[in-house]
Amino acid sequence: MAKRAAPEVNAGSMADIAFLLLIFFLVTTTMEKDSGISRKLPPIVDDTPDVVIKQKNIFTVLLNGKDQLLVEEEIMELKNLRAAAVEFLDNAGGTDKDGNKCDYCQGKKDPRSSDHPDKAIISLKNERKTSYGTYISVQNELVAAYNVLRNRRALAIGPQRGYRDMNFLQMQKNYKDVNWVGNKTKLKELIDQIKKEYPQKLSEVQ
Amino acid sequence: MSKFKKKKDGGLPAINTASLPDIVFMLLFFFMVATVMRDNSLMIENRLPSASEVEKLEHKNLVMYIYVGKPSSSYKKKYGTEARIQLNDKFAEVSDIAAFIASERATKREEEIPFLITSLKVDKKANMGLIGDIKQELRKVNALKINYASIKGDVSRNK
Repeated sequence: MAKRAAPEVNAGSMADIAFLLLIFFLVTTTMEKDSGISRKLPPIVDDTPDVVIKQKNIFTVLLNGKDQLLVEEEIMELKNLRAAAVEFLDNAGGTDKDGNKCDYCQGKKDPRSSDHPDKAIISLKNERKTSYGTYISVQNELVAAYNVLRNRRALAIGPQRGYRDMNFLQMQKNYKDVNWVGNKTKLKELIDQIKKEYPQKLSEVQ
Repeated sequence: MSKFKKKKDGGLPAINTASLPDIVFMLLFFFMVATVMRDNSLMIENRLPSASEVEKLEHKNLVMYIYVGKPSSSYKKKYGTEARIQLNDKFAEVSDIAAFIASERATKREEEIPFLITSLKVDKKANMGLIGDIKQELRKVNALKINYASIKGDVSRNK
């Protein structure tokens, strides 16, 4: 018996099926990548030892229920906060806990302001009525102040270590990037060093 | 001249659609690969604040989400207009957070637990009182890594 050719399958509706699936995936999935300001909460410790911190090493930021900003007992606009925080952190009026002077700071060396970036603490306090948007703005400005200083430091010491024209944020980005070619262990050392030179000491009062 | 006339009387030739499924499948595969499943449908208004110093969150499966905001218009009657917490498609109280974190941790492998991040997706109009309570609750269950979800942009838009 002669072999009969297999009948052709009608593929006209294939496109419709594929469209159906496509629309299903378009509706049920999201593409957005989450971004935000990362913070670490302090753990609850029962017996906190009383540490005496000199008033000049604390930069107090108060946010009241009407979203007004009080910095070091003076009313301040949000746009001036970053510069004020940079000035405070970079002041270097004294020495760190080991008695070393801050040789990389470029501040005014005012004896009434902070001693050393290692000792300088920013204290942020808000009220229950403060709006979240303003709180994030203030957090953002304070993080930005640290980033300004770290970027400046990275641009200053990066070239000696072979990382030319790379600020701190780019270093961190490159460190995370899988496709980046370069010595990652050395880069990590440099990042850690800068982090240690300008440690982020941001405390929140409940 | 007859050459040109000949073409006209045939009518429009049908467009070949044989490759249409291939094109659509290509699109389909692109979307299947490039996107992730939407896991929550929001019952609250959620307009995130803007910030310039944002970091991207890698590893979406290691993120727990806590949504805060005013109930959206269809839920206003039942839940009022004060900002509420939403966890997993449900309105919740501050006291439910500990249970939520515990259940999220239970679904992850043990070695992943220290890397879990709690992402606070809070509407910019919400009050800090509620956020403070949430943070206190997170400290109690030792979920200390948090991320204030915000859009990259200028802070002046937070007003």
